[in-house]
Amino acid sequence: MNTLKYQSQAVAKPYFIFAMILFVGQILFGLLMGMQYVVGDFLGGLIPFNVARMVHTNLLIVWLLFGFMGAAYYMIPEESETELYSPKLAIALFWIFAAAGVLTILGYLLVPYSTLADITFNELWPTMGREFLEQPTITKIGIVVVALGFLFNIGMTILKGRKTAINMVMMTGLIGLAVFFLFAFYNPTNLALDKYFWWFVVHLWVEGVWELIMGAILAYILIKVTGVDREVIEKWLYVIIAMALISGILGTGHHFYWLMTPEYWQWVGSIFSALEPLPFFAMVLYAFNMVNRRRREHPNKAATLWALGTAVMAFLGAGVWGFLHTLSFVNYYTHGSQITAAHGHMAFYGAYAMIVMTIISYAMPKLRGIGEANCNKAQVVEMWGFWLMTVAMVFITLFLTGAGILQVWLQRIPESGEALSFMATQDKLEIFYWLREIAGVFFLLGLISYLSSFFITEKKAA
Amino acid sequence: MSENFTKGMARNIYYGGSVFFFLIFLALTFHTVKEMPKRDNRENITEAVANGKHLWEKNNCIGCHTLIGEGAYFAPELMNVYNRRGGEAGFKAFFNGWMKAQPLNIPGRRQMPQFNLTDQELDELAEFLKWTSELDANNWPPNIEG
Repeated sequence: MNTLKYQSQAVAKPYFIFAMILFVGQILFGLLMGMQYVVGDFLGGLIPFNVARMVHTNLLIVWLLFGFMGAAYYMIPEESETELYSPKLAIALFWIFAAAGVLTILGYLLVPYSTLADITFNELWPTMGREFLEQPTITKIGIVVVALGFLFNIGMTILKGRKTAINMVMMTGLIGLAVFFLFAFYNPTNLALDKYFWWFVVHLWVEGVWELIMGAILAYILIKVTGVDREVIEKWLYVIIAMALISGILGTGHHFYWLMTPEYWQWVGSIFSALEPLPFFAMVLYAFNMVNRRRREHPNKAATLWALGTAVMAFLGAGVWGFLHTLSFVNYYTHGSQITAAHGHMAFYGAYAMIVMTIISYAMPKLRGIGEANCNKAQVVEMWGFWLMTVAMVFITLFLTGAGILQVWLQRIPESGEALSFMATQDKLEIFYWLREIAGVFFLLGLISYLSSFFITEKKAA
Repeated sequence: MSENFTKGMARNIYYGGSVFFFLIFLALTFHTVKEMPKRDNRENITEAVANGKHLWEKNNCIGCHTLIGEGAYFAPELMNVYNRRGGEAGFKAFFNGWMKAQPLNIPGRRQMPQFNLTDQELDELAEFLKWTSELDANNWPPNIEG
């Protein structure tokens, strides 16, 4: 049964499937690191912590990028009311990006990082060895090529079709993503400059342009599942992303408190980043409001659950947990502690992992020719996955927050001489790390449940 | 939301607000970069310090440690490790011995890998860490433990 409005939307399917495969890898390496936090030498000879972490974070970034691209390929033709400019280019770029991603991860795992730097000619243009930007320079160039081809394809589609607020916002978000990634190529010898401009990639992605992408996907889904008038939803979209950028751009200042920067960033960063929860709060109001005012009962209950869930969890993870440590006088003590880790986990899961799973939940039944929605049984299993992963992530966050508070108390607040050393403090946090690892196992069970829902099909009555 | 507040108004706030605040951000960035030489001791970035930064990156030190609070949270902060482990009098000797003793192979303890750096490379990495210890990061970290 063909259930796609535009046949070229089908190119989204491999992007979504590959994103889910990488997601599994991300979680397995997360569990490995969780073990190394408590049993320090666990597989340490085989996969040192720094390698596992690089794989964990890079897989996350790459699967989210696959998810965003899949989302764009699915949404843009329908929003533009025209076929994709070039489905062939989309498929070619899929294979290029997938191959580059797999080779890079294998490089991390199979050879020492310094060897990887040598064999990829890092000397010629050193960009490696910085957090989240560990990819060899040639991989980074590959990412730029893929991004340009992707933007060209999407852009040409929008140009020949209808220009809605949703596809304009999605497009701006994706262009911003590509533009700010270019700062990954700037790696000056002076660490002060290096660190300052490193945030132009990291912060302006996750607290800037990625929020546009999230907002556009959420607006698209809400139109589809609630049937509420597009005018209303798009107005909300503009209000939310306006708040996101107005608070988030100068909110970058919360990363400049403890660099070689003037003190005024402590004021600018505190004030503007204290406003950063607002767009996420508005997103919660909006998602629930639209679902309450729905004009149709969409059979895909799971997609609606994901849409509401991502709004709530993004507000908690990015909004509330971000605010917890964003004021400069708090951040002075919490900077780079387990509190940062707690916030990072829930924010990425709530805002970005969940929005990708929202669009996958909505689009996959159509891409697979099943219809508007999966059968009831599959949806029930998918919702089990939703709840297990989400509740597990809440607990992971709470345990890391507990660890972080104790860490700050023992290691950061006392004066020199009285403060416990880093390693002695870590020993005291062991119970929190064990609990976090147990919560991580539940997360994996949730992921297994979620993935298994794709294999449940209705038995045809004979 | 009120009917009087139209989608067009919302769109204008979005475009106008983002551009306005981005321009302020750029202006502050410009000013910050101009002020930075007062705090980053760039005159002390010798060839050894530059090589040391390169070694820091090439061995993915940030994958376990933090440097001025950024990185992984698995191993100690290293911005001020120079002061914590001996300073002028003892750091280099300590550092050379420490790096060569890895992995410590203490059962259950977090393992630092052996990176097989030469004596000259160890000296350059130490010079880099000495330079970072002299940076003015607005009085961070709060104490010697980082």
